[in-house]
Amino acid sequence: MSVDKDTVRRIAKLARLALEEERVEPMMNELNQILAWVQQLEEVDVSDVAPMTSVVKQKLKMRDDAVTEGGDAAAITANAPMSEDHFFVVPKVVE
Amino acid sequence: MTLPSDPTHFTLADAREAVATKRISSAEMTGAFVRAIEAARPLNAFVTETPDRALAMAGNSDKRIARGEAGPLEGLPLAIKDLFCTKGVRTTAGSRILSNFVPPYESTVSQNLWDAGAVMLGKTNMDEFAMGSSNETSHFKPVINPWRAQNSNQALVPGGSSGGSAAAVSGFLCLGATGTDTGGSIRQPAAVTGTVGLKPTYGRCSRWGIVAFASSLDQAGPMTRTVRDAAILLKHMASVDPRDSTSVDIPMPDYEAAVENGVKGLRIGIPKEYRLEGAPPEIDALWAKGAEWLKAAGAEIVDVSLPHTKYALPAYYIVAPAEASSNLARYDGVRYGHRAAGVKDIVDLYEKSRAEGFGAEVRRRILIGTYVLSAGYYDAYYARAQKLRTLIARDFAKAFEHCDVLLTPATPGPAFALGAKSDDPVSMYLNDIFTVTVNLAGLPAIAVPAGLTADGLPLGLQIIGKAFDEATVLRTGRSIEMAAGFHAEPAAWWRIR
Repeated sequence: MSVDKDTVRRIAKLARLALEEERVEPMMNELNQILAWVQQLEEVDVSDVAPMTSVVKQKLKMRDDAVTEGGDAAAITANAPMSEDHFFVVPKVVE
Repeated sequence: MTLPSDPTHFTLADAREAVATKRISSAEMTGAFVRAIEAARPLNAFVTETPDRALAMAGNSDKRIARGEAGPLEGLPLAIKDLFCTKGVRTTAGSRILSNFVPPYESTVSQNLWDAGAVMLGKTNMDEFAMGSSNETSHFKPVINPWRAQNSNQALVPGGSSGGSAAAVSGFLCLGATGTDTGGSIRQPAAVTGTVGLKPTYGRCSRWGIVAFASSLDQAGPMTRTVRDAAILLKHMASVDPRDSTSVDIPMPDYEAAVENGVKGLRIGIPKEYRLEGAPPEIDALWAKGAEWLKAAGAEIVDVSLPHTKYALPAYYIVAPAEASSNLARYDGVRYGHRAAGVKDIVDLYEKSRAEGFGAEVRRRILIGTYVLSAGYYDAYYARAQKLRTLIARDFAKAFEHCDVLLTPATPGPAFALGAKSDDPVSMYLNDIFTVTVNLAGLPAIAVPAGLTADGLPLGLQIIGKAFDEATVLRTGRSIEMAAGFHAEPAAWWRIR
């Protein structure tokens, strides 16, 4: 399987990653190089194999659904490139 | 105890003893490292040096020692990979997108170290978001390996992604460092810098507060100059953490005590699939020597087979980008990190901030990951890769019916020149061919320096263990370390300018 230029544009859109038009073709070539290499996985018969869902055998831990920390909006917005009154500022979304 | 005259050349174990018995103060030792780091700036091992904080922490350690309240790592200066969030100290993950990020909280692993009394010297350079095997993808410029080939002044890579930590340990800029290992990012740089790197079992160290790359593969571990030092650091990095749902509550043995137990009676598996066609003969020769050493120390050598080994790297390059594309979706230019200027709407803000903030390798992996998870391709790629993972884990389980640990080479070759593999992503990926299987199966493994190439560059051997059996991995590593008698050091060329 390989990707064409339209697929590269589509996945860049899905990934919210701006891709300049002149970068589409080189990126397509790079991705196809990697995809051609991973294609060797098709040699293996995996019809009776279950996909791995947990790396080590363990039961996922449950905890109480309780507030353990919070109430620190200043710390949460401290790294925001733009914030106002403890809100994150973004370009206008709704007209 | 005879100690080197320069405290930066102490082992962690010796430094612990020397500080605890007041032969040297933490302030004095920390000052020596601060000066060594300053003199080693040509190596570019650190993204952020924190000398003031280090000296303040050392002063507090000396007070606690005077009061008889010393912790188990009291006053010992360490370096922290810039993937661990450190409260109030910039944490970049080697990326432009986090180049101004100052975490309001501390990672569990680093907090554990500070709680034990350790001192932070700074944050080490790394491949961007830990994606790389040479440190060349860092936004903050590559790290230079302290090692050079004989009669050469060509700059070599320190491996990656924990290349800054490896260079800092190898160049005597810290007693030990933290690293993270998703496909070999602790073991591969350790091997090519002549240092020890341990990737613990998945779940042994908490991932909380470590910038996520591929969550089902990421694991933190120690990078040190000796196997004993790795055992000491692991004990104080690992913990059961309610904030990481995959952190496992399995009792930890006394790793440090286990180190000297020897390998008598152990069965060492040699997986034939790790013999690569076209590999430098030095790699195979060192591997054979390693088996001889262990046999001479009383172990039994057993031939085993891991038939799906060749599929590990391609499976990894589906699973890891898929998880990365999901984890890195959080970088949106809104809540933290780089934000593009002059955007027309919110989607434009996301797309431009991410395109400007991520480097080429990260962008490539996000796109691969997005593709293999996209509608219509999930089964062909991601589900198939996860099935291969099951087969790889099953290979290990079968092999471990016949042996206690596996011995393999750590890397397919020694450190290479900057730029040598940058043009071809797949040839760069092949650096992790011996290490990546272990991450896919969640197992513990250590890289131990075992010899030098004819050119005088370090090579390592890898020991892979059963899940949560770090103790046997460490004692086998110690046995290799003793037999190899590896005491070579890089010439400190960066000091002579």
